Amino acid sequence: MNRSELFNMAQVEQERQAKLRFRILSCASTPCLSAGSQDVFNALQTAVTEHGLNAEVDVVASGCNGLCSHGPVVRIQTGDAPDDIYEFVTPEIARQIVARYADENGADVSEHLIPADAPFFAKQQRIVLGNSGRIDQEDIEGYIARGGYTALAHVLREMAPEQVCDAINQSGLRGRGGAGYPTGLKWQLVRKAPSNKKYVVVNCDEGDPGAYMDRTILESDPHRLLEGMAIAGYAVGADQGYIFVRGGYPGAEKRLNQLERVIRMAEKHGLLGGRVMDSNFSFRIDIRLGAGAFVCGEETALMLSIMGKRAQPVPRPPYPAQRGLWGAPTLLNNVETFANIVPIILNGADWYANIGTEKSKGTKVFALAGKVVNGGLIEVPMGMTLREIIYDIGGGIRDGHEFKAAQTGGPSGGCIPAQHLDSPVDYESMKALGSIMGSGGLIVLDDTSCMVDVARFFMEFCVDESCGKCVPCRVGTMQMLRQLEKICNGSATMQDLEILEELCEMVRETSLCGLGQSAPNPVLSTLRHFRDEYEAHILERRCPAGVCKMDQVPVMELAEELPRRMRSASGQKEVA
Amino acid sequence: MLVTKQQSDYAPPATEDPRMDEVARAVKRFGYQQDALIEVLHIAQRAFGYLDETLLTYIARQMKLPLGWVYGVASFYHFFSFEPPAEHNCVVCTGTACYVEGAQKILDLLEKEFGVKPGQVSADGRLSVTDFRCPGSCGQAPILVIDGELLGRETPESTIARIKQLLANDKQAKEVAP
Amino acid sequence: MSVITLTLNGEMISGLTGQTLLEVIREHGVELPTLCHLEGISERGGCRLCMVEVNGRMTAACVTKANEGMHVNTHTEKLQNYRRMILELLFAERNHVCAVCVMNGHCELQSVAAAQGMDSVRYDYLSPELPMDASHKRFVLDHNRCILCTRCLRVCDEVEGAHTWELKGRGIHSMVITDLNGPWGESPSCTSCGKCVQVCPTGALYDQGSTVAEMEKKHDFLPWILGGRGKKEWNW
Ligand SMILES: Cc1cc2nc3c(=O)[nH]c(=O)nc-3n(C[C@H](O)[C@H](O)[C@H](O)COP(=O)(O)O)c2cc1C
Ligand code: SF4
Ligand code: SF4
Ligand code: FES
Repeated sequence: MNRSELFNMAQVEQERQAKLRFRILSCASTPCLSAGSQDVFNALQTAVTEHGLNAEVDVVASGCNGLCSHGPVVRIQTGDAPDDIYEFVTPEIARQIVARYADENGADVSEHLIPADAPFFAKQQRIVLGNSGRIDQEDIEGYIARGGYTALAHVLREMAPEQVCDAINQSGLRGRGGAGYPTGLKWQLVRKAPSNKKYVVVNCDEGDPGAYMDRTILESDPHRLLEGMAIAGYAVGADQGYIFVRGGYPGAEKRLNQLERVIRMAEKHGLLGGRVMDSNFSFRIDIRLGAGAFVCGEETALMLSIMGKRAQPVPRPPYPAQRGLWGAPTLLNNVETFANIVPIILNGADWYANIGTEKSKGTKVFALAGKVVNGGLIEVPMGMTLREIIYDIGGGIRDGHEFKAAQTGGPSGGCIPAQHLDSPVDYESMKALGSIMGSGGLIVLDDTSCMVDVARFFMEFCVDESCGKCVPCRVGTMQMLRQLEKICNGSATMQDLEILEELCEMVRETSLCGLGQSAPNPVLSTLRHFRDEYEAHILERRCPAGVCKMDQVPVMELAEELPRRMRSASGQKEVA
Repeated sequence: MLVTKQQSDYAPPATEDPRMDEVARAVKRFGYQQDALIEVLHIAQRAFGYLDETLLTYIARQMKLPLGWVYGVASFYHFFSFEPPAEHNCVVCTGTACYVEGAQKILDLLEKEFGVKPGQVSADGRLSVTDFRCPGSCGQAPILVIDGELLGRETPESTIARIKQLLANDKQAKEVAP
Repeated sequence: MSVITLTLNGEMISGLTGQTLLEVIREHGVELPTLCHLEGISERGGCRLCMVEVNGRMTAACVTKANEGMHVNTHTEKLQNYRRMILELLFAERNHVCAVCVMNGHCELQSVAAAQGMDSVRYDYLSPELPMDASHKRFVLDHNRCILCTRCLRVCDEVEGAHTWELKGRGIHSMVITDLNGPWGESPSCTSCGKCVQVCPTGALYDQGSTVAEMEKKHDFLPWILGGRGKKEWNW
């Protein structure tokens, strides 16, 4: 397909959609599926057929609309009017919705309609998620009708590879995988690396338990990722891309087949593969599947996993940009990073650089979950305060409880307490508070959570996920977990807390890779902001939140108590 | 006196099993490339449900990899299993959001009712319980996956009810079809 | 190869490009403790005992290339402290009962600990229940004393070329295995060359029939073989 064919296809599809009476987009992403959206989808289809509207109405399985905790969600597009979005849809309500739009006098479904000015949507700025929920999950036509692949066409015809790197650099985009390395710089490094074989890799491992942004982008708007990858391939001089997807979770297989079909479809249309859009640029994309290891998110481990090996990180340097896959320079970025490329090319670097804060540009997608009213996937400009995110978009804390902390960055991050609710969300501020931006998990905790137990939870995760290569992480995390368990069951002394703190520093500084280096973060940040809870556990043998069982006593006390117990035990024997 | 296995003991088994054919085709499709080991293991586990010694040996020989290499890779990733799966499997998400919403209570009750801890199979081999971190449906926490079906907003009681139902259905089916 | 200059504990020293920091440091007579490193096989960087401070940041000397102008400190108080902590972690990880070990007195773990002044373990002993494998007719594997340095894996793969040894599992549950996790004595790939036994720093691998404090190991064959092979010193 060349440029004019692309525009032609966009026009045909736009016209087709304009002729429809309305389009029904039923969310088919994982959270809505777990709420039963498959039945809703079937009901919608049957209802449309019953009303004899098959020719005038589209029913499509769309990607995520964001309001995952209120699923299943159904979106209705009617001509130029803003879309109507319905929450908590059941098959019965689905039938009523169709009846309503088929005939003005149909059933009243306004109870499930989300008001157009609901802060959940109004406060967001959807760039990365711009298409998510608005297009079919798979079909290429819908994406192209919304301007898809024009950025690639533009880059191939109008821009030299250096110019693309420069544009990304100018936009101020920073890596969304957690560390926030400037993306433009990374691209330039790979472009300048001398080699005639280079690779582009997308990190979609997303092991942070409680985050699902990357997978949702992949599910809801896969072509945007492919387009971003192709642009990256052109900019750095690579002709092969890999999408490293997390595997081994329920439903992974279905998603994978879907992604495979999407890639084949783009190839069929000449938008990927050999001689992309009749240019001299070729770019192939393959999928590589993980098999359940958090450490695969670490870049060197990820590349080993792509090469079919045990994913044990290797020391850097050499960085992937110098020596990556099969020894070739490799560009490795997060899914969300790649999803930002197309808007930057289309709207210009300056437009992008105007969004966000001084040092953190653009928007960030968060998976907002936990004790908030509106949990889901949100996208906000960098620099928005936690308070706005949690109280305006998230609708505040559920069931009348008190906010206690926001956990960001998953097992590599930390907890931010109420007194810092007004600090802006960007790379630097989060770091200053002892957490990290992370890839975007944001879990809200209320007063029913015990912060020591939260730290224990994450340490348990790190013990499970440590690859075992280096001693500080392999054994150090286990020892930290032991100390935390002691604090949680009431058998710790202040000396154990000292040992714990000392271990935190050592593991942070001496571990080989990011997993070990950041494993102490949840402990360090809870110690920093909630030290009183640790002390209550140890000194008063009391869990303030009432979570920990506290059913043990310190060994020291046991040593004093033991002779007494033995005496009474033998005393019983005498009586008997 | 120890019996030492000969190299020939590890020769590929006769591929009469259609599932083995599937694995053979996959190895071939990837051009016998060693990098494709994880892909091949995925396909093998999908076909057989688990990875046994014969299968691993076959894969190793076909891909010209050391035996230990194949075992090392398979055991590194938690998705691969060396044990046959139980009849029914209940996966409880223990990701952060589900932890916050009380996944532990579900696990506790499962242990109390059926005597299985995460990673274990019940004594009669019919139910296995696994914990798993986050299929990414946090908005609907706590999440369960029972026999591949994703379920949101579960309580300990609803979980137990579902599993009892499943186990009872089997019994009925067996009684009907002798 | 060109000469580079760097600062080692405040003194200017020189090295060659391509050398690791560990090589340069040892050439200049500064002793750094190591366990996973072994001359003649590839580096792993897993034990983290050779950590040094380079321009204020910590890094493992065995896997860091020496560079012009580096400021290296090897024995700050913090580093010494961390080294002792790492050793304590190793002793607490498995069941190291030196008094009844075949390697007592010749063990590298033991001697490194003594040299670093690690005399007590403040952490909880994890005391895992681990098996022994005595199925091989000449050697024994005792997981209780393995520190997962993977020297045995590397020597078996890189020098002997058998790739009998592997790691199974991950994290704290990692273990060394032979082939498909079967008994060592039944391994179809093991050539019984015994190199793994000789390079093992602890009493995890030893000769059948040796008793307490009897086992001594030699791995000076490694530089010899590899020097000869790598530099093509032997022509025939
Ligand atoms: C233990 C560990 C886990 C990681 N997990 C992820 C992940 O799931 N997704 C991701 O994009 N990056 C992850 N990263 C960060 C990557 O290593 C890498 O920095 C990132 O993908 C680079 O892309 P970016 O520049 O676009 O951020 C992880 C890092 C570590 C150390
Ligand atoms: S820090 Fe942990 S995950 Fe990283 S190499 Fe060390 S043991 Fe492996
Ligand atoms: S058996 Fe010995 S050489 Fe092998 S990993 Fe264990 S301690 Fe190291
Ligand atoms: S010798 Fe350097 S990490 Fe072990």
